[in-house]
Amino acid sequence: MSRIHVTTTINGDATEFLCDAEATLLDVLRDELGLTGTKEGCGTGDCGACSVTVDGRLVCSCLMLGAEAEGREITTIEGMADGERLHPLQKKFIEMAALQCGICTPGILVAAKSLLERNPDPSEEEVRYWLAGNLCRCTGYDKIIRAVMETAADMRRAS
Amino acid sequence: MRFEAPRDVEEAVKVLAGQQGAHVLAGGTDLLVKLRSEMIEPELVIDIKRIAGMRDITAEEGGWRIGAAVCGAELGEHEGLRADWPGVVEAAGLIGSTQVQGRATLAGNLCNASPAADSVPAMVAAGAVARIVGPQGTRDLPVLDVPQGPGRTALERGEFIASIWLPPRGERAGDAYLRFIPRTEMDIAVVGCAVSLSLDEAGRVSGARVALGAVGPKVILVEAAAEALKHRALDAGALDDLAAACSKAATPIDDKRGTVAFRKHVAGVLARRAAGIAEARAKGETA
Amino acid sequence: MALDDTKKTRIFKVVGTRPDRPDGIDKVTGRARFGADMVAPGMLTGRILRSPHAHARIVKIDTSRAEALPGVKAVVTRADFGDVPDHVADILDNCMAGQKALYDGHAIAAVAAVSPAVARKALKLIEVEYEVLPHVTDVDEAMKPGAPVLHEGRQQETVPPGMSQNVIARSEFGHGDIEAGLVQADRVVERTYRTAATHQGYIEPHACLATMGADGQGDLWVCTQGHYMVRNTCAAILGIEQGQLRVTASEIGGGFGGKTTVFLEPVALMLAKKSGRPVKMVMSRAEVLRATGPTASTSIDVRIGMTKAGRITAGFAELRYQGGAYPGSPVDMGAMSAFAPYDLENVKTIGWDVVTNRPKAAAYRAPGAPMAAFAVESAIDELARGFGLDPLEVRLMNGADEGTKSSYGPTYPAIGLKATLEAAKAHPHWTAPLGENQGRGVACGFWFNFGGDTCVSLNITPDGTVTVSEGNPDIGGSRASMTMMAAEELGIPYDQVRTIIADTGALGQNEVTDGSRVTFAVGLATIEAARAAKREMCRRAAMVWGIDEEAVEWEDGAARPAGPNAGRFPPMTIKEIAAIASNTGGPIAGHHEVTAEGAGVSFATHMVDVAVDPETGATKILRYTVFQDAGKAVHPSYVEGQFQGGAVQGIGWALNEEYIYGEDGILQNPGFLDYRIPVASDLPMIDTVILEIPNPGHPYGVRGVGETSIVPPLAAIANAVSAAAGVRMTQLPMSPPRVLAAIQAGG
Repeated sequence: MSRIHVTTTINGDATEFLCDAEATLLDVLRDELGLTGTKEGCGTGDCGACSVTVDGRLVCSCLMLGAEAEGREITTIEGMADGERLHPLQKKFIEMAALQCGICTPGILVAAKSLLERNPDPSEEEVRYWLAGNLCRCTGYDKIIRAVMETAADMRRAS
Repeated sequence: MRFEAPRDVEEAVKVLAGQQGAHVLAGGTDLLVKLRSEMIEPELVIDIKRIAGMRDITAEEGGWRIGAAVCGAELGEHEGLRADWPGVVEAAGLIGSTQVQGRATLAGNLCNASPAADSVPAMVAAGAVARIVGPQGTRDLPVLDVPQGPGRTALERGEFIASIWLPPRGERAGDAYLRFIPRTEMDIAVVGCAVSLSLDEAGRVSGARVALGAVGPKVILVEAAAEALKHRALDAGALDDLAAACSKAATPIDDKRGTVAFRKHVAGVLARRAAGIAEARAKGETA
Repeated sequence: MALDDTKKTRIFKVVGTRPDRPDGIDKVTGRARFGADMVAPGMLTGRILRSPHAHARIVKIDTSRAEALPGVKAVVTRADFGDVPDHVADILDNCMAGQKALYDGHAIAAVAAVSPAVARKALKLIEVEYEVLPHVTDVDEAMKPGAPVLHEGRQQETVPPGMSQNVIARSEFGHGDIEAGLVQADRVVERTYRTAATHQGYIEPHACLATMGADGQGDLWVCTQGHYMVRNTCAAILGIEQGQLRVTASEIGGGFGGKTTVFLEPVALMLAKKSGRPVKMVMSRAEVLRATGPTASTSIDVRIGMTKAGRITAGFAELRYQGGAYPGSPVDMGAMSAFAPYDLENVKTIGWDVVTNRPKAAAYRAPGAPMAAFAVESAIDELARGFGLDPLEVRLMNGADEGTKSSYGPTYPAIGLKATLEAAKAHPHWTAPLGENQGRGVACGFWFNFGGDTCVSLNITPDGTVTVSEGNPDIGGSRASMTMMAAEELGIPYDQVRTIIADTGALGQNEVTDGSRVTFAVGLATIEAARAAKREMCRRAAMVWGIDEEAVEWEDGAARPAGPNAGRFPPMTIKEIAAIASNTGGPIAGHHEVTAEGAGVSFATHMVDVAVDPETGATKILRYTVFQDAGKAVHPSYVEGQFQGGAVQGIGWALNEEYIYGEDGILQNPGFLDYRIPVASDLPMIDTVILEIPNPGHPYGVRGVGETSIVPPLAAIANAVSAAAGVRMTQLPMSPPRVLAAIQAGG
């Protein structure tokens, strides 16, 4: 069984890796590339902890083969902050206590960022439905939803 | 397991036909779950997303041709499609999460052949046709005839669905799909119901197709429901007859997601509600 | 340790504010390392073979083909473990089956291999011969005399003769005379309530990385609620000394009680020992649901009598909890807590601990209490509504207060139940209008809260900043709370303190992060450790100033002469004292080791509005408000977070979550697709009202807040659904098919 050579872009960096055909993108990120900020909560696309974007589109990295990454642009939680400058969502999540244990947080941040890029002024209902695939068991979602809404408002004011 | 990503249909058909038990990968949202749980252990997976046209939505003969690798999110972002077939777009949009929408496809939902597939009743109500490519060439098959039972399709070895065609919408017509799930998102349909209607100038039903999901081994086109609506205004009596026809046509099972009695009852409830939405759309009252 | 002088109101400077948590940046950037995020050179992958049967005798296990597979470095079965002490015998048997597989998913064997693919392949080569036995998964069925028996000879003497061997123990609590009380009632409600087993549902699956040298020294990296517990348990199972095993807690991705025991850890250590290499094990979600601890499913009979004025004359409950395949369901805590919010003359509860062919129940947030509260609070609601009485007034009339003899024995000190009820009554939610097919429910809940063994070490660095080492994994922001309490006590800014979770080599014994104990007990130890450091710093200042140390006091981060008679010296700050520490006696630290007592019980009242679709039985949560006593909220945002999280877990339990077993005893929904925890779109905002009735047992008045919030929601939602649907719901979950069937039967 020969491994597949894949050339891709991850968080803006040209990246090459070798993977087995059955390896998911999540396996590759975590086990080959050491990008463990992307989490595995279920492996079946039901929890969203492994959320990344591929060519700007939000996906579960557990539901995509590593081999499919050829030529794509992938962004993970590790690509969200600009050096020491946190993304406004990251700042707001800390400020508003929108995380407890923190395991779902990377996936939720990646998903929320994807939402605000498409819809800078989402309603509460839109935020809740957009994030319905990101399970959080600690917070009851309240502070997460508020943090996303407030970040959106801040970003609208700033732009 | 091997992985291939052919660039054209001919090559894809060749590798698919050449390997026993090869699987086609479009969005992968079902395939990867099966791989992971070791339900399947294929020798070969063929990614069709790099084949030209697979990710396109094009106007054709007054309707729309949707490539097999177009994902749910792309359907939802297509204004023309949304205007003509809002029920189909909504049904596809109900599959999984935002993340799953970034990958899941109509063709995949159809080929997975789950009785509970959300987009299938909507496509059946719309009269959609699947374009199948294979070693013997190309053939068109109504979506209704693709599923043969849970996990089984009418596709022969070496064949795969290249696109889905939705017919012209027509005047004074509308469709809708509703499903029942215990939560608001992330569940498999316990019952699904799609209604596609056209109205005459007086607002009476001139044509109808009603399809149910998750209440039988495969999607059910409820001819009796369509008959019940023919030439009638959608008043309380017509809706009662529609609901009764749907409840009667449903042949569900008891399982972890619902009971027979619940599913039969809710099939009627959803039919009534979906018909209301389709009618409003046909009258141009809502988008 | 008592509450600081309560006569004058203490003005807090740090406690009660909402600073950023110290681990915040790690957790929003993906840097934080959780259980599965660690690697070691030469690491192997460990995997477990699990029983496909609900109940079977293990006749033979042949591992030879797996062992022969290239890349397989170790195979472990129960035979690799020797005899173990009694207190860990069931734990080991749950981690690796001995004579019998007792539930679907029970571990049978394990392998360590060079890759996941090889490990997977190896599992398929292990041949297990099973003799399949009849099984039982329902609590009431398991109690019947003819039921399939899991264990012989485990029944305790408290159980009357003639009952199934599956009935392990009987307990009883209460006082007064039930029958005499019932006679005084104008109406008696007598009903049976049922709840399904639910899982804690933490998003992070269990994971660990083990090494075990030939010299007997081991290291373990693990996501757990208590790494000291992991150390002690694994040492006992492996027959090594506790001091030889160093356990480091990873960041933990949720626990809710489910990570208060071991599942993988002893197996990983044994694989590491046999292979001589580090072994990493990570559960799949299906393994988590099949083989870690859900909570008990229950069947509860309640009889409550009430006068038409609303006075409860007697309360009785008989609780049957199945706790899975081993003794130890949380029925006692259910029986103790069932009537705990009320001041009753006649009250009695009987608890039955029952085993079934299901995974062993683990603690789940206020273990045992939510189900009991569901039963009792539903019956009280039914009586109150039947008499046309206000359900909050009825609870106020019967509510426990300071001096009440509780239903489980102790007499309460200052408690906050009535404060939560008064706050609920005064809240605009209570009088907001309801629409068609909508209903409002309220319920009260109680939790004991625990203390336990706790160690904190607080060190002053040479530049005068402070590090706090504690031994309890931070599961929801507790590092922030400890940092705040240390800063408060030392009179220094929050950012001058950093709190870490130390490994088992660094501190003495620490009880697990459970019982809502951490902010209370570790906080108390942190305050005491800070006080010890302050005393030492005052002593150093006294030495420099040449005055008695009693003449020095600590205020605002500096030592000062205690009064004009002590001498006139400018304050000596913590930084100044630290800078000269080497010349005044050496490095400065404070530490505190304690078995914390006085945790202070906690009460909450929840209020919820729902809409029920009469055509489908679907329930939508429209509005939710939590009223809970926190004693003193150290970091109010994280207190609110505990209230909200508990309420939403309760919503899941009430409406959709359940373990579904088939006739074959196999779990049918081992995934997040069909084990349906609430998603964001299911919910409204969860409003919170924090009450602060100081706990007499903590210097700042802190009470645990983590668990109480899951106790009232089951009943509150059932009361709301019953009101909206016009039919009394007595079984959870109130899934749409069940509610629709009830509506159709009732209408």
